[in-house]
Amino acid sequence: MDRLIDVENLTLQFRTDEGLITAVDNVSFSLDRGEVMGLVGESGSGKSVTAKALMHLNASNAIYSPESRITLHTDSGGIDVLSLSRAGDLKVVRGGAISMIFQEPMASFAPSISIGKQMIEQLQLHAEMSKAQAREIAIEMLDRVGISDPSSRVDQYAFELSGGMRQRAMIAMALSTKPRLLIADEPTTALDVTIQAQVIDLMKELVDEFNMGIVFITHDLGVVAQTADKVSVMYLGRLIEEGPVREVIRDPRHPYTKGLLAALPRLDDLDAPLTPVPGDIPSPLERPTGCVFNTRCGDVTGPVCSATVPLEEWIDPAHRVSCHLYADRGAS
Amino acid sequence: MSDDILISAAGLSVGYRLGKGLFQHSVLKAVDNVSLNIKRGSFFGLVGESGSGKTTLGRALLNAVPITGGNATYDDGDVTYDLTALSKDELGDYRRRAQLIFQDPYAALSPRMTVRDIIAEPLEVMKITSSREATDERVREIAARCRLNLEHLRRFPHAFSGGQRQRISIARALVSRPQFIVADEAVAALDVSIQADVLNLLKQLQGEMDLTFMFISHDLSVVAHTCDHVAVMYLGRLVETAPTRQLFAAPKHPYTKALFSAIPSLNPDDRGLAQRLEGEIPSPTNQPSGCKFHTRCPHVIDRCRSEEPQLETADGAHEVSCHRWQELLAAG
Repeated sequence: MDRLIDVENLTLQFRTDEGLITAVDNVSFSLDRGEVMGLVGESGSGKSVTAKALMHLNASNAIYSPESRITLHTDSGGIDVLSLSRAGDLKVVRGGAISMIFQEPMASFAPSISIGKQMIEQLQLHAEMSKAQAREIAIEMLDRVGISDPSSRVDQYAFELSGGMRQRAMIAMALSTKPRLLIADEPTTALDVTIQAQVIDLMKELVDEFNMGIVFITHDLGVVAQTADKVSVMYLGRLIEEGPVREVIRDPRHPYTKGLLAALPRLDDLDAPLTPVPGDIPSPLERPTGCVFNTRCGDVTGPVCSATVPLEEWIDPAHRVSCHLYADRGAS
Repeated sequence: MSDDILISAAGLSVGYRLGKGLFQHSVLKAVDNVSLNIKRGSFFGLVGESGSGKTTLGRALLNAVPITGGNATYDDGDVTYDLTALSKDELGDYRRRAQLIFQDPYAALSPRMTVRDIIAEPLEVMKITSSREATDERVREIAARCRLNLEHLRRFPHAFSGGQRQRISIARALVSRPQFIVADEAVAALDVSIQADVLNLLKQLQGEMDLTFMFISHDLSVVAHTCDHVAVMYLGRLVETAPTRQLFAAPKHPYTKALFSAIPSLNPDDRGLAQRLEGEIPSPTNQPSGCKFHTRCPHVIDRCRSEEPQLETADGAHEVSCHRWQELLAAG
């Protein structure tokens, strides 16, 4: 497999009036070309902040720890993303090698500039081409994502499109520069289920066609099951479990992952009671010591859970979990 | 009318006039000729995509938007009201008996009021209690039922998590001791680990306080686990209604089937099996002739384009509005 990106020891804090807030805590993962990673977690788990870090795109009050390293592999060698700071240098990454799509497509299009004009601007920023060439590519991409009559749609404004069409147009814009990595931040959450299904199908086709890697951020484990190759579960800034999608969904190891799956209303068993994960997600200002999940965990093994941060244990070569339950018996 | 029906609607319509012309105007029918009965003590689910009219129907039954056609009756055994012709006094009393729980627990609570004042406000506005002591008594009672303690009552909403805020919203809705609750996407904004907790609380309160719910949701898995009867809406019409288990075991309308099929399954091996619905819900200002669903229906025939189907009994309490349901059933 072709390695696409390596994230090592990513730790990210935000300086705020109320003190330093740890948003991402020592997170490491890798992604290959053509691979789809589902990044799952609840509000405040740090999944969006992690994804934005891949483009060095967090706000100016963000502090990366010196150990944090993100390496993007391109045809001309590795790029140390976090060392880039000038806009001109970052261009290679932002919108070039990596594109991002968001939950709310209306917010990613400028309301008073036509869709085509925005796509042309982006294309010309990243490649030497004439306006006419860029327009050709824009129309081709709109057609590719299933927008009918693309040569007239290209001159429309975002508000003139329906929700599903807008999401398709945003995908077309994000993919027009042929990125190696697409970050999709809850791209289907605002859509109705029949439209969500269409967009998911489209994204799967595009992965195959362009051999892209995708980081698919979502809180919906059903969407993950239908799209991802592997899943990473985050809780309060830590990556607590990662593994192949079938394994994590059928045989979750971390008590939080188990809790999330048990809390889901399942259509295949209407009699199953809904079991909430007890308690609330702690405020990031009051991060629990030791394991971040110990305040809500039903499987606390002893004082170690609130005293020591659990190490990562490998259940098998592709499945790892951070939980004291598995300490020293990784392979069991 | 049967004694155990709390809300009964017959041919209910809600239309909005569009445009300012004195003689020329078009009418947008958000709810079109809907008939339904909600049994006392039941959890009645209303599902459909954005623009299907489910929120408008809920508001109409609360008398929060004007009913422009048909009939609607409220009968709790104590009083009987014609919801299309409430006097001022009756409306005041109906406000106490019928309440709404909103989707967004962040927007629904005033940031400048303490939790105690937020919950007490309906009592004061509707002059239900006569003294501060009586108000406090009622507030404490309902707060305890919603698992909020005295300490919580002194604080402001910003100090609470999403799940706690939704419990505050529920306490506010229930403090006037209503009979009928419209819960409009009441758990849609909550994280999954918290969602189950709020659903369990609503079910528990329903039993304890003898409540009847209209539960509006786009999430079919949540509806399947919470409701005992479900109605499916499309473009302002009811297309199918049945007891929950009957509906989920054997949906009869092509739209209901497509909706179920679009839910992302938790089984990664289900990929690519789903039946996809083409296109999007048409604009309510430009509705299709005949069956409203014919533009997206995989089973459309000429009759569907010209003649609008009516809701007919399929099996006991299972009703469906489709010209071809019997034929499709026979064809498997």
